[in-house]
Amino acid sequence: MGLAFLPLLLFTFIVFVCALLYLIGSLPSVRPRGVFSLFGVFFAVILSMFSLDRWGEVFDTIKRNKLRTVLTCVSVAWGIFVMVVLLGLGQGLNNGIRKSFRREAANGIYISASKTSLPFAGYGVGRKLTFNNRDYEAAQGIEGIDHLGEQYFIRGGRFGGGEMKTQKGTKANLFGVNAVNPAAFYLSTSDISQGRFLNDLDIKLLRKACVIGEPVRDFLFGHADNNGHGDGTVDDPIGQWIVVGGVPFQVVGVFHDDNEETARQLYIPVSTAQLAFNGADRLGMLMFTVGESNAEEAAVIKRKVVAQLAASHQFSPDDKQAVRVFDNVEGFAKFQQFFNVISLFVLVIGLGTLAAGVVGVSNIMMIAVKERTKEIGVRKALGATPQSIVAMIVQEAVFLTSVAGLLGLSAGVVFLGLLPKLIDTELIDNPSINIGVGVLAAVGLMVAGALAGFVPARSAAKVNPIETLRDQ
Amino acid sequence: MLRLSKLNKYYKVGAHSLHVLRDVDLEIGEGEMVAIMGSSGSGKSTLLNILGILDDYDSGEYWLGDTLIRNLSETKSANYRNRFLGFVFQSFNLLPFKTAMENVALPLYYQGVNRRRRNQMAMQYLERVGLADWADHTPAEMSGGQKQRVAIARALIGKPRMILADEPTGALDSTTSSQIMELMAEINRSGITVLIVTHDPEVAAKTPRTIRIHDGKIVNALISSQHAISEPAVL
Repeated sequence: MGLAFLPLLLFTFIVFVCALLYLIGSLPSVRPRGVFSLFGVFFAVILSMFSLDRWGEVFDTIKRNKLRTVLTCVSVAWGIFVMVVLLGLGQGLNNGIRKSFRREAANGIYISASKTSLPFAGYGVGRKLTFNNRDYEAAQGIEGIDHLGEQYFIRGGRFGGGEMKTQKGTKANLFGVNAVNPAAFYLSTSDISQGRFLNDLDIKLLRKACVIGEPVRDFLFGHADNNGHGDGTVDDPIGQWIVVGGVPFQVVGVFHDDNEETARQLYIPVSTAQLAFNGADRLGMLMFTVGESNAEEAAVIKRKVVAQLAASHQFSPDDKQAVRVFDNVEGFAKFQQFFNVISLFVLVIGLGTLAAGVVGVSNIMMIAVKERTKEIGVRKALGATPQSIVAMIVQEAVFLTSVAGLLGLSAGVVFLGLLPKLIDTELIDNPSINIGVGVLAAVGLMVAGALAGFVPARSAAKVNPIETLRDQ
Repeated sequence: MLRLSKLNKYYKVGAHSLHVLRDVDLEIGEGEMVAIMGSSGSGKSTLLNILGILDDYDSGEYWLGDTLIRNLSETKSANYRNRFLGFVFQSFNLLPFKTAMENVALPLYYQGVNRRRRNQMAMQYLERVGLADWADHTPAEMSGGQKQRVAIARALIGKPRMILADEPTGALDSTTSSQIMELMAEINRSGITVLIVTHDPEVAAKTPRTIRIHDGKIVNALISSQHAISEPAVL
């Protein structure tokens, strides 16, 4: 709602400023007057926007020069169309990148245990490392970490989500099982669609609670099989018991994820998993978000965590392979930089195209003024003030650029709307321009139109009637 | 009505200065009808420009009524033109895309009169020049004489105190010319001062007074044309 008032407010402000500057300009002592007369003209144009007569004059000339009008409109409309499409594509590219990074939290850092590659403190190379609960507790003390997640790799290996047999009655299938703490959810892209996620009490009390993905729910609790039998309904899974890896777990929540692979998984409490699946106090991975920290700050936090791990597990802090670090922050920052540059590039091209359009308008108005010298001479002889001549031409230019600009703007927005249907790529997501840019472009166009009209209009106002009206 | 005293006008041509009007003294009374004659280059267009408040002069004085016309801003001179003067041109200079009525109404537009009142008055003046039936026609559909009558209606609608006509019959045949001159005389009889710039002696013959200008100087401002030139046969 607030946005609707913005143009009106801006308009009132411009009128007020123009009127004020015009009044200053009309004081006898003020020089140079030319600058202020510009504002006077703007003021006159704005005032005459409410005059039907003036619109009549403008429409007369527009009707009289259809080809010229069309050409002017096309050049401006094309300019703004290209600008909108480019800006929209830039935004779409940016959105696309953000979305693909959203697969895992954009500010997430993942550290998993691996093998040492440097000898340290009497140990040789190739020693297998495993994290444990103490590492998690130690990392909690590091400043700058927002959410600290931990995961136990039930099936061993270096990656979580090892598949386990999951049963409900006669139905059984393999699904990825993640043994995590509640904070891990902040690093995922999933949303809870039913019930809740794991909580601290689940961890503390070693509850056999689990949160399942929607496809898992549909498989275990649905009434449709692959052959199309059944009625397709799905029972409410909350509170029901399922068997995971031979251990019964109670479903406390269901999550949704756009990624099919990620959605075909379950979450169970890390503490329960360590107890039930022979995990002792071992952990496979620590992961954390760094809040609003930038790439440099994130790197400092990352180094602190790694240093702590190095100290407690006796490996060299310089060992690049002892722990595997996957850092979204750095990559995201790099990508963002890259796309900022692209956005800027796109903006420059767009503005350039628009500027060419505006210069085109100015050119055409210049020709129009030459063409209309005689008419302007007549008007002046009949008592038209120079200001009214300038205002008439400026108003025509503003009108043409605004109409053409808005046409181009709409065409651009429609095109952007159709674009996802025309080209199918993950790289571009929801290409659009925001309303602020739209309003700015509209206001900018009017100002550009006024400037485009002003220069030729000034030369028109200097026409000497008798010179032009005498037949030689 | 209007008085010029010791009026001088120079034009800069490259490094030289061209003395176009030399100490022009001229007085034209309220309600006079005057022809200004002179060959091309004599300075009569410059004089017309100055009288029409379309150009400034370098020294001397130009009084229009009780107003000294000197160093006016563009806006002010436009206002004076609009209120005091009506122009009639050789090539009519009607706006081709407007109807006769709209053309006549144009000066009122610049006076800020609303459209309804404007068109009403325009019809009155078209009637006065005998073209009420042509109100909705564009200039392209009219004859030269008709166009000039529309132009005269346009010059009159602002209720000017003086009509400045620049070769008003220059583009017309002799019959139409005399009709236009008759119209001019009629306007003059209604109390409006009429000034006609012409090089046609026949036109000048129909005005009570002729001013001859030669090399920027007025030659015979005080001699009335009735004495200078005999009445033409056709009227």
